[in-house]
Amino acid sequence: MDDPLVRISGLRVAFDGVPVLRGVDLAVGAGEAVGVVGESGCGKSVTWLAALGLLPGKARVTGSVVLDGQELLGAPMPVLDRVRGGQIAMIFQDPASSLNPVHRIGRQVGEALRLHRGMDGAAARAETRRLLDQVGIPDAGNRMDAYPHELSGGQNQRVMIAMALAGRPRLLVADEPTTALDVTIQAQILDLLATLRAETGMALVLISHDLGVVAETCDRVAVMYAGLVIEEVSSARLFDAPAHPYTQGLLSALPPLDGLPRQHLAAIPGSVPEPRALPPGCAFGPRCPRHASLCDEQVPPLVDVAPGQRAACRILGADVPPAFGLAAA
Amino acid sequence: MLRFIAGRLLRAALTIVMVVTFAFVVLRLSGDPALLILSVDAPPEAVAAFREAWGLDRPLWVQYFSYFGAILQGDLGQSMRDGRDAIDLVAERIPATLALTLPALALKVGIGIPAGVYAALHRNSATDRVVMVMAVAGFAVPSFVLGLLLVLVFAVQLGWLPSGGQDSWRHAILPVITLGIGGAAVLARFTRSAMLEVLGQPYIRTASAKGVPWRAVVRGHALPNAAIPTVTIVGFMVGSLIAGAVVVESVFSWPGVGRLLVVAVSNRDLAVVQCVLLLVAATMVTSNFIVDLLYGVLDPRLRTARGGGKG
Repeated sequence: MDDPLVRISGLRVAFDGVPVLRGVDLAVGAGEAVGVVGESGCGKSVTWLAALGLLPGKARVTGSVVLDGQELLGAPMPVLDRVRGGQIAMIFQDPASSLNPVHRIGRQVGEALRLHRGMDGAAARAETRRLLDQVGIPDAGNRMDAYPHELSGGQNQRVMIAMALAGRPRLLVADEPTTALDVTIQAQILDLLATLRAETGMALVLISHDLGVVAETCDRVAVMYAGLVIEEVSSARLFDAPAHPYTQGLLSALPPLDGLPRQHLAAIPGSVPEPRALPPGCAFGPRCPRHASLCDEQVPPLVDVAPGQRAACRILGADVPPAFGLAAA
Repeated sequence: MLRFIAGRLLRAALTIVMVVTFAFVVLRLSGDPALLILSVDAPPEAVAAFREAWGLDRPLWVQYFSYFGAILQGDLGQSMRDGRDAIDLVAERIPATLALTLPALALKVGIGIPAGVYAALHRNSATDRVVMVMAVAGFAVPSFVLGLLLVLVFAVQLGWLPSGGQDSWRHAILPVITLGIGGAAVLARFTRSAMLEVLGQPYIRTASAKGVPWRAVVRGHALPNAAIPTVTIVGFMVGSLIAGAVVVESVFSWPGVGRLLVVAVSNRDLAVVQCVLLLVAATMVTSNFIVDLLYGVLDPRLRTARGGGKG
C-alpha cells in the first residue's frame, strides 16, 4: 500500500521483558476494512492498544505507528488525546463494563462530542440523539438519560459505537465487538458496522477470533500468531487459497457448512507457545505439519505469495502436501 | 424509595433497641452500683435504701420496662452520683469531644483520601511505597501508644505543646493528631485500593480511548466510582464522632464524652452509661443511614435496585 491511513511497522511490545508483539507490520488504507484474527493472546488487541498508547505503563513499546505522516509512538499526550476518538476510535469486547456505570449514556457520548467537535449544551444533546438514532437505539431521546445498566448488552455496544462515531474518526478499531453478545445480536452489530462504514467512509479494523465474521465484514484479513502477522490475504482468497499452514489449520478447524454430519473437526495439534518460551525460528514450527529444519533458523519474514497475499512461511508454493488434510474434509 | 427509607428507619430503630437492651443487661450483671457508690463497708440499711431509691430492688424485667417507658417519654434517668439528669451530664461533654473529633475527621479525610489517590495513580513508585508504609504504620500503632509517643516527644522532650488538659486550642493539637493519623492511614489504604480497582476497569480505558485527557479521566471517571467504597469508611468515621475518642481523651485528660463514659462505667453509674451508649448507637445508626442514602446518589445501579426508578 503506497499511502495508507495508518502504517504500523516493526511494532514490538514487551511486558516485564516478555515479548508479546515481535515486530508487527500492518497497514490500513483510508476507508478500508481489515480483519485481524488469531487465538487469544496472539497480540491482536495489544497491537491497537499499543498504537494508541493505551497500554499500562509497564509495557515497553517500540517500532512505529504512523497516522497521516505523523508518528504516534512517543507522541506528546495532547497529540494522542486528539487522535484517540478524533482520528482513531476504538470499541471493546464487553460493552457493559466499557461504559462508565455512574454516568448517563448521553453524557458519555456528549463527552466525545465536546472533546472532538467542541459541541456543548443543546447542540451536543441534539447530536447525541442523532448518533443514538443512527446506531439504532430505539427511543433515543429518552434513552440518552439512561444509565448503562438499564440497557442490554447489544444496546450498550450500540452506545459504544455511537460514542466512537461522535469524534468522526477516520478509523474505527472494533476489538471483538460481538464476542460478549448473543448470536442474533452479533449479526446486527456487524451489519451496523458495515452500514456505518458505507455511510461515513471510515476505515474499519475488526479484531476477532472468528474467521467467518471477519471474512464477511472485511476486504482483507491479517492472521496473527504469537505476536506476529503471519499471513495477509484478501477475504476472497482466505477460504480458497490460504498459504500459511496456521491459516490452513484455522480453516480446517471450522465446522463445514455443507459437510457431512459427525465429521471430526481437525484441531491444530499442540498449543500456542508461551511468550517467554518461544521456539527458535518460526513460532508455529513445533505444531506445523510442514515443519523442516530450515524453519528453526530464523523468524520467517512475510513474502508475497500471490497478488494481495503475503505469508510468513519458508516452505510455501513448492509441491507440498496440504496441511491438516484440508482435501480430506 | 419510600419503602426503602421506611425499611432502613425500622432497622435503625431496632438496632438502637438492641444496643440499649444489651447495655442494660450487661451493666446489671457486672456489678452492684449500690456497693460501688456507697462502698462495701456501707451499712446494709443504707444499701437497701439506695437500691429502693433507684428501683434496683425490683425484678429485672420490671426495671427494664420502666426504663424503656421512661426513654420513650424522653427521660434518660439520673446519675446515681449526684442525681443530675444523665442527658445533661452527657450533653455538656459533647462539645469538648467534637472539638477533638471534628478536626480529626477533617485531618483523616484531608490527608487520607488525597494520599490514597496519589498512591494509586503512582502505583509501585517510591512515593506509593512511602505512603503505604506510613499507612500500615499509622494503622498498626494503637492510639494510646501513639498518643504517649507524641506526648513524650512534643511535650516532655521538646516542650512545645501541653501534655494534657483543655485550657487552650494548643491542648487539642496532640490529641487531634493522635486521632487523625490512624484514620488517615485507614482511609489512605482504602482509597488506594478502591482507586486501583477502578483504574483497572474497562471504562477507564474507554475514556482514554475516546480522547479524554488523563486528569479528566481521573477526575470525571475514576473518582466518582472510587467514591462509593470510600464513602463507607468515611461514614463509619462520622458515626464514631461521639464515641471514637475514649482512649485518646483518657490519655490526654480531655473532659469529653469518652472520659465520662470510662468514669461512669467504673462507677456503675447506670443511667449515664446507658445514655452515652444510646447516643453512640444513635449517631452510628444515623451516619449509616446517611451513607445508605449517599450510595443511591453515587451509584445509579443501587437507585434502580431500590425501586427508585430513573432520575
